[in-house]
Amino acid sequence: MKSEAAPNRRRFLNIFWIILGGVAVAEFVAVAFAFLRPAKSKTPGENTDLIFTAGAVERFRPNSVTAFVRGKFYLARLEDGGFLAISRTCTHLGCSVPWMEKEMKFACPCHGSAFDITGNVLEAPAPRALDIYPITIENRIVKVDTRNPIKRSAFQVEQVVYHKKKA
Amino acid sequence: MQENTAMPDQLNLFQRIRYSIFPGTLQRPAYRDRYRNFFNSLILHFRPRNVQQRTLRFTLTWGLGGMAVVLVCMLFATGLMLKFVYQPVPDRAYESIIHLQNNVLFGQLIRNVHHWSGNILLIIVFLHLSRVFFTGAFHSPRQFNWVIGLVMFLAVLTSNITGYLLPWDQLAFWAITICTGMLDYVPGIGEWLQKLIRGGNEIGPATISIFFAIHTAIIPACLLVLMPWHFWRVRKAGGLVIPRRPDEDEDSEDDKVPTIPNLILREIVVALVLIAAIMAISVIFNAPLEAKANPGLSPNPTKAPWYFAGVQELLLHFHPLFALFIIPVFMLIALVSIPYLNYQTDTAGVWFASHRGRRMTAVAALTAVIITPIGIIADEFVIDFAAWLPGQPSVVSNGILPAAIVLAGISMFYWLVKKKYAATNNESIQSVFVLLVVAFVILTITGIWFRGKGMALIWP
Repeated sequence: MKSEAAPNRRRFLNIFWIILGGVAVAEFVAVAFAFLRPAKSKTPGENTDLIFTAGAVERFRPNSVTAFVRGKFYLARLEDGGFLAISRTCTHLGCSVPWMEKEMKFACPCHGSAFDITGNVLEAPAPRALDIYPITIENRIVKVDTRNPIKRSAFQVEQVVYHKKKA
Repeated sequence: MQENTAMPDQLNLFQRIRYSIFPGTLQRPAYRDRYRNFFNSLILHFRPRNVQQRTLRFTLTWGLGGMAVVLVCMLFATGLMLKFVYQPVPDRAYESIIHLQNNVLFGQLIRNVHHWSGNILLIIVFLHLSRVFFTGAFHSPRQFNWVIGLVMFLAVLTSNITGYLLPWDQLAFWAITICTGMLDYVPGIGEWLQKLIRGGNEIGPATISIFFAIHTAIIPACLLVLMPWHFWRVRKAGGLVIPRRPDEDEDSEDDKVPTIPNLILREIVVALVLIAAIMAISVIFNAPLEAKANPGLSPNPTKAPWYFAGVQELLLHFHPLFALFIIPVFMLIALVSIPYLNYQTDTAGVWFASHRGRRMTAVAALTAVIITPIGIIADEFVIDFAAWLPGQPSVVSNGILPAAIVLAGISMFYWLVKKKYAATNNESIQSVFVLLVVAFVILTITGIWFRGKGMALIWP
C-alpha cells in the first residue's frame, strides 16, 4: 500500500505546485495590468482647470466659430443662437482640425475629412461627427467642461445649448 | 627558445601588469598558441567547429542575418550613448535632442548612426525573411525558427515605432498620433488598447514614458533572449540550408571546413563593409528633425512612418476595420502558418523551389506590379462604391465589398497559375506570397512618394 501511495502523493503535490505557480503568474499579470492602466485621479475637485469659462454670450456672433487653443475645443454658435463645444480632434485618426472661416467648415489636413459647423461629417474618411463637450450657461456666461468628450455618430438638435428657453 | 622567456624580476612595471593579466604569454610561443586556441574556442561557443563548405557561398544568405546582428549591436552601442543625453519628458525631449546635436561632441553623428541603423535594420530583416522564404529554409526542422524570426521582426518594428516618437518633433508627434489612432478601430478592445498604449486619452508625458520604456528596456531585453534562441535553433538544425540546384538531390557529400577562419573571416568582412556604409550614410545624411511638436497644428500632409505607409495607403481604399485590423491580422496569420502548411515537396536549399517556381515568381511579381497601380488609380478616380450603393453602410461598401473583390482576385490568380503551370502547392503558395508582398511594397512606395497634400495622388 505504501509503495503505491507515494507516487500518488507525489503526483498530487506536483500538480498542486503547478497550480500554485499558475496562480502566482496570474496574480503577477493582473498586478502588471493594473499598474499599467492609466490612473484615474481620485481627488474630487481636481482637474477643475479643465472647465473653461468661454465668456459672455454676446461675445459670440451667431453662425461663427471661436477657437480655444488651451482648451483644445471650438465654441460654435449656430444661426439660431445655440451653442456647441466641438472637439478639435478628428474622429478619423486624431489629427487636429482647423476651422476654415471662408468655406465655413472644419477641414482635416491629414486625410481630407471635412465637417460642418455642427461637427457633422461633410467628407469621409472620418466615420462619425466630431466629439462635443458639455456646456453650461449661467448668468449669460458660457462654460465648457472638457474633462469628458461625448462621442456621437451625428449631430442632433438636442445637443445644442441655448442661453434661454426657446419660445 | 630560451630568449623568449624573461625572468619576472627583469620586467618593467607595464610588462609586469601585462603578464599579470595574460600570464601565459610570458611563456614560450607554444603557450601563446594555446592562448589563441582558448580565444578561438570562445568564438566556437557561438559557432560550430566546422561548417558545410557550400553554405559559405555569399549568394545563399547574402550575409543578411549577420548584417542584422551587426546593426543590432550598433543600435545597442549608440542607444546606450544617447541614453546619457536624452530626457524623456515632453518639455525636455526636443530640447535635449537640440542640445545633443548642437553642443555634444559627435552628438549628431551618434544620433544619425542610431537612426539609419534602425531604419536599415528593418529593411535587412525583411530581406532576410524573404531569403529564408525563397530558399525554403522554413521546412522541418526549421519551422519554429521561422516563428521566432517573425516575433523578432515584430520586435524590431515596435522598436522603430516607439523610437519614432522620442524626438518629440512635429513629424514624431503626428505620425504617432495617427498610428495610435489606428488602434481605435480594433473591434471591442480598441479604445482600451489605445488608452493603455498612450497612457491616457492623448499623447503626452505618459506616452513618452511608456514608449521610452518599451524602446530602451523591453525590446532590447526581448532581443537578447530571442536572438541567441534563433541562432541556437540554426545550429540544432545542423547549420544553414545547403544550397542546391533544382535538379540536385538533397543528400550532399560531407565537405566540411573549419569555421575559423573560413566563416569568421567572411562574417568580419560583411560586418566591416556594413559598418563603413552606415558611417558614410550617417556623415552625409542627418536624421530628420522638424519643429517642436505642436498638438494644435497638424502638418499637411501628416504621414505615418515609412514602414506604415503601406497600411496608411490601404486606409485610403478600405474601411478602417479592414485596413487596420482584418487585413493585417489575416496577413500575420498567413505569415505564421507558412512553415506549417502541408507541402508536396521539401524544397530546402533550392532558390524559388524549382525552375518552374522561378518563372511563376516572375509572373506573380509582374502581375502585382501591373495590377496594384491600376487598382490604386481606379479607386482614386473611378470606383466609388459608397456613392453607387447609397443605402449600404460604409462597412459594406468600403469594407466587405472591396475586400471580397480583392480576395476573389487572389483566389483566381492562385487557381490560374496552378492550372497553367501544373504546379506543386509549394510553387503556387510561393507565387501568392510574391503577389501579396510585391503589392504591399507598391502600396508602401505609393504612400511614401506618390501622396501629397490632403493625401491626393501626386507625381513626385
